[in-house]
Order: sequence, then structure tokens, then C-alpha cells
Amino acid sequence: MNRYLVEIRIVPREGLLDPEGKAVQNALRSLEFTGVEDVRVGRLVRLELAGATPEEVRARAEDMCRRLLANPITEDYEIDLENIS
Amino acid sequence: MTSRTSVELRVAVVTFPGSNCDHDCYRAAKDVLGAHAYFVWHRERDLREPDIVILPGGFSYGDYLRAGAIARFSPVMDAVRRFAENGGLVLGTCNGFQVLCEAGLLPGALVRNASLRFIGRWVRLRVENADTPFTTAYREGQVLRIPIAHGEGNYVADPATLERLEAERRVVFRYCDAEGRVTDEANPNGSLNGIAGIVNEAGNVLGVMPHPERAVEALLGSTDGVGVFESMRAHLRAAFAPARDSQEAPAAAPAGRP
Repeated sequence: MNRYLVEIRIVPREGLLDPEGKAVQNALRSLEFTGVEDVRVGRLVRLELAGATPEEVRARAEDMCRRLLANPITEDYEIDLENIS
Repeated sequence: MTSRTSVELRVAVVTFPGSNCDHDCYRAAKDVLGAHAYFVWHRERDLREPDIVILPGGFSYGDYLRAGAIARFSPVMDAVRRFAENGGLVLGTCNGFQVLCEAGLLPGALVRNASLRFIGRWVRLRVENADTPFTTAYREGQVLRIPIAHGEGNYVADPATLERLEAERRVVFRYCDAEGRVTDEANPNGSLNGIAGIVNEAGNVLGVMPHPERAVEALLGSTDGVGVFESMRAHLRAAFAPARDSQEAPAAAPAGRP
């Protein structure tokens, strides 16, 4: 068994209005940060998962995203794995 | 399947940790509708033979992750799903609507209000379909005054789902102005097409962001929400009628009693 650090980034789906991202973008502009073309605000879920192979751990993380961590109607997600055994 | 011995309606109000409108729903069911109302804790698996199930507003599980995302895995939700699949009347208001979407009992999702603000105020709703078990006490186009209190009431769905909801007349309530016009200004949260409430395909599950249970007595400022409860009662009475009319046949369970 190996231990994996799994980072799951969840962001509002492309094309869906992200009011939080828009508000942050406006705040950055008002602070005179230039060239802020787009901002999307999401969520980071960091897990430690035990598993035999990265493939198996990734598959479980995907299942977690589909069933609980992300809403497939409104959110996209990306999964990163690192072996920390 | 049990036979029915009484015509008193049984209304189960589900309480999740963080629900805060469960007592409003209980009161609307008991005092306004005259039903036998009772609470069902989220860990229970038996709804105790209700005629109506209400998922109340609030902040179930602190709205952690997403509003309604964790409540949908509560033990009680298996029973709610079975009850709904058997045609039982399920009303989800506010957080209850969010739970129904997360549970897949209603399509789409409710995301952060476009203004990013939590909004608690009176709004006007137009009755879009007066031919559902929840709206027969109203007339189509009627304008209701009902309060909202939510931070995530912005209804979204993919274009195909939205088209289908509209084509099947499953949008039951829309935000409107005092004259019944659906405008951007009258839309408090950015919901697509001004959607405030929808029903499932079978028509027996209603999710609505505003709070009809908070508009059931003059003292509360409006009685416009009473119609939702009266409509459900009328629907169930019609379902019980054959049993009451027949002396010999065992009481038939109305559609939806699991």
C-alpha cells in the first residue's frame, strides 16, 4: 500500500456565470491590478488516500467527485496525485 | 401497503441538522392545513406513512461543500426517494429545493445569487402552471406575495434541460413584478428564466426557493402561501375519494403511499 496526497480542484463550469469570480475580478481592478482577464473562484479539497496504484487512487477520487465533491451540473474538477509513502 | 382508516392528512417534516424552517412547515401543516404533522429526524429511515413529505429550509449540514450536498446522503433520503418514486407529494422549500436538486429528484442546481448577497425580503411570484398538485388553489397568472431568504437561489440548468422544463410546463412559479411581468429587475437572484419553482416529470415533487410556509397567516404579512397547502390537500382528497365512497373494497392507498 502506498499513501497518496490527492488534490482536487473544483471550479465553476466554463460558461456558467461565476458571480464570486466576477466580484473578485472587480475588486482586483479597483486595486488597479491591470490585465486581469478572468477570475473563477473554486474550492480545493486535499485528501490523503491509501492505495496500491495511482490509477486505482485516481479512480476512487473521480468517484468521490462524481458522487459528492463536485456537482456535475455546475462544476468541473481536476485531480492531482503525489505519492507520499 | 396499509389501509387507510382516517381521512386526517399525515405530513412528515424532515429535520436535518441545520434546518431552521421545520417549525414553520410544521405549523403550516398542523394549524393551517389541520393535518397531523410530525418531525422526522434525518437519521430515521421510516417516514411513518405520510401523505406529504416536506423538506424545509435552513442550512442543512451548514451548507458545507454545496447547499444540500451532504443532506442528500442522510439516511432519511432513501425513504424520501422511494416515497417520491411511488408518486407521494414532496414539497421542498428553499434549502429543501437545494436538497432535491442535489439528490437528483429535481433537475438543475441552485448556485450563488448573482448579487453574491444573502437576500431576505418579500418577492412576487407568478403562478405559471395551476394544474399541479401544489397549485390548483391558484389561477394561472396569479401574482403571489411570498418571502425569500437565501444566498444560493440562482437556478441553473443546461439548455436542453431548461427547454424541456419549459416545454413540459414544469416551471410552476416565476419571479415577477407587482403587475406579473417577469423582468430582470424582478428577479432577485439571477435564476434562469426567472425560475422560482419547478416540479419533477411526474409532477409530484415541487421545489421552490421562496417560502410559502411563511405566508400562511395574516399576522405573517401574507396568506398567499396557503394555496400550496390547500392544493395538496385537495389533490389527496381526490385520491382518497374512491376508498371513502366504497363500503366493501378495502381502502385504496392513494398514489404514492409506499
